Amino acid sequence: MAQAFTKAMARNIFYVGTLFFFLLFLALTFQTHSTLPDRDNRQAINDTVALGKKVWEQNDCIGCHTLLGEGAYFAPELGNVYKRFGSTDAIKAFIASRPKDGIPGRRSMPQFNLSDEELTAVAEFLKYVSGIKTNNWPPSPQG
Amino acid sequence: MKYESQKVAKLYFVAAIGLFVGQILFGLVMGLQYIVGDFLFPEIPFNVARMVHTNLLIVWLLFGFMGAAYYLVPEEAETELFAPWLAKLMFWIFLAAGAATILGYLLVPYATLAELTMNDLLPTMGREFLEQPTITKLGIVVVALAFLFNIGMTILKGRKTVVNLVLLMGLTGLAVFFLFSFYNPVNVVMDKYYWWWVVHLWVEGVWELILGSILAFILIKTTGVDREVIEKWLYIIVAMTLITGIIGTGHHYYWIGTPAFWQWWGSIFSAMEPIPFFMMTVYAFNMVNKRRRNHPNKAAVLWALGTAVMAFLGAGVWGFLHTLAPVNYYTHGTQITAAHGHMAFYGAYVMIVLAMISYSMPMMRGREACNSARAQSMEMWSFWLMTISIIFITLFLTGAGILQVYLQRFSDNPMPFMVVQEKITLFYWLREIAGLVFLLGLVLYIASFFVGKNEPEATVELAK
Repeated sequence: MAQAFTKAMARNIFYVGTLFFFLLFLALTFQTHSTLPDRDNRQAINDTVALGKKVWEQNDCIGCHTLLGEGAYFAPELGNVYKRFGSTDAIKAFIASRPKDGIPGRRSMPQFNLSDEELTAVAEFLKYVSGIKTNNWPPSPQG
Repeated sequence: MKYESQKVAKLYFVAAIGLFVGQILFGLVMGLQYIVGDFLFPEIPFNVARMVHTNLLIVWLLFGFMGAAYYLVPEEAETELFAPWLAKLMFWIFLAAGAATILGYLLVPYATLAELTMNDLLPTMGREFLEQPTITKLGIVVVALAFLFNIGMTILKGRKTVVNLVLLMGLTGLAVFFLFSFYNPVNVVMDKYYWWWVVHLWVEGVWELILGSILAFILIKTTGVDREVIEKWLYIIVAMTLITGIIGTGHHYYWIGTPAFWQWWGSIFSAMEPIPFFMMTVYAFNMVNKRRRNHPNKAAVLWALGTAVMAFLGAGVWGFLHTLAPVNYYTHGTQITAAHGHMAFYGAYVMIVLAMISYSMPMMRGREACNSARAQSMEMWSFWLMTISIIFITLFLTGAGILQVYLQRFSDNPMPFMVVQEKITLFYWLREIAGLVFLLGLVLYIASFFVGKNEPEATVELAK
């Protein structure tokens, strides 16, 4: 760095740059919020979906699966599972039928012993997520 | 070591190393579960092992950052720590809360843990990396506030250096952005949007301030280069970090329901995120080359240079590989992400904490400046074993990721997730073997604290 470039100049770039780009970030966040009602499928949110998100969270589903590509990479993407399975009943049947002791030698989803209400809720939650506009992600139905 | 109160850092560092061992053991469990799907099932399902692995990482890095702060802040401020007793008290509270949380993950089903800790009152659990019960999160806030108070008061009563100010800003940002972990709406898009304000603004934002200031401290101490020069570099590096990194958050907003304009903002700004890491590498080597003295703690200098290089490779290069929106469309949420995560965390944060431990621990254990030549030699062996194995873990996961992207998303006939996973098992085997080498490196690292204790300190001549 040239001698003309002083510590005070570096300091000013830090403070002014940080402040400017943080404010820009807030502006983009504000803009994002204004577009979300048309994108985030909020009209589908109801008490069942809310319960479904709770079931989703309280069983740490994200610890194996991804949801819209975020989470763990041990088990399939679930943001589009409603489309892949075709119905909430298929999702419920899959979760309910997991063997308690797993499948020898293979990865298996645990048996969570969910009630029918919870099964319905988590399936409805996944249906809601499948309606979020994701800019056409994932690239294939396989997730 | 100039001030007695700096010694509280030792407690934090010992705990950090202990939890690091746990993190690696659970990493090996998960690595094996990727290959032998029913390993430890149903006793320790994958999601539990993963929570333990990632949460232990976060907690031990926080212990490391706090230890580093307790060591370097008094020395920079040229005064004793404001309240050493508070630092000790918070240590035990944080350790107890951390241990209880990890045991909770392991001993009861997660849903039971949620019930026991009354998650319904303020639901914050079950989101990636933020799995801790709400009560633990509140505990983290209390510990963070007490810690910031202690550090802040120390700085306030002493000399105000750039290293201390940048560190304080980083630590304050860490505490402030953690508060977004309490915001958990039903709306998944909003949930994810602000979840990244914790995760991204931590690791690609304020944590880099902590990294930068610790590195600057170690360079000042070990090279003897004029503080003015190092501080100027520090300012410009953290400036570039935040100028690119804040809007760079946009690279997480491509596919989660947020508008498409983020594909431009995120791609352009996050493509520049490697710049501060590159500058950090250039600067670390420059400072060591221009050193005015040869510090006898060769191991600490090696860790410091290592962190600069590996942070650039892991965070910079491996981040850039998949950060552009058209590429990320295919790689998002695959083993490519995992590859990047492993090398970035190791390079940027694991290594800086180990660098600080390497620099400060000999003095806290009664040495003048450094360990014996034998202990240092063993520590440097552990450096190479861990660093090379993390490079291989990253390469193997990258191989797995490229195949996964092709087979599952890119080819004309995409295959189901589980079919693809079986096809790429070879890479998971190789990753697991590399993981075992990492463990060997870690064992040597710990052993290095116990060898050559009765031998004299290494001298500059030996260090040359």
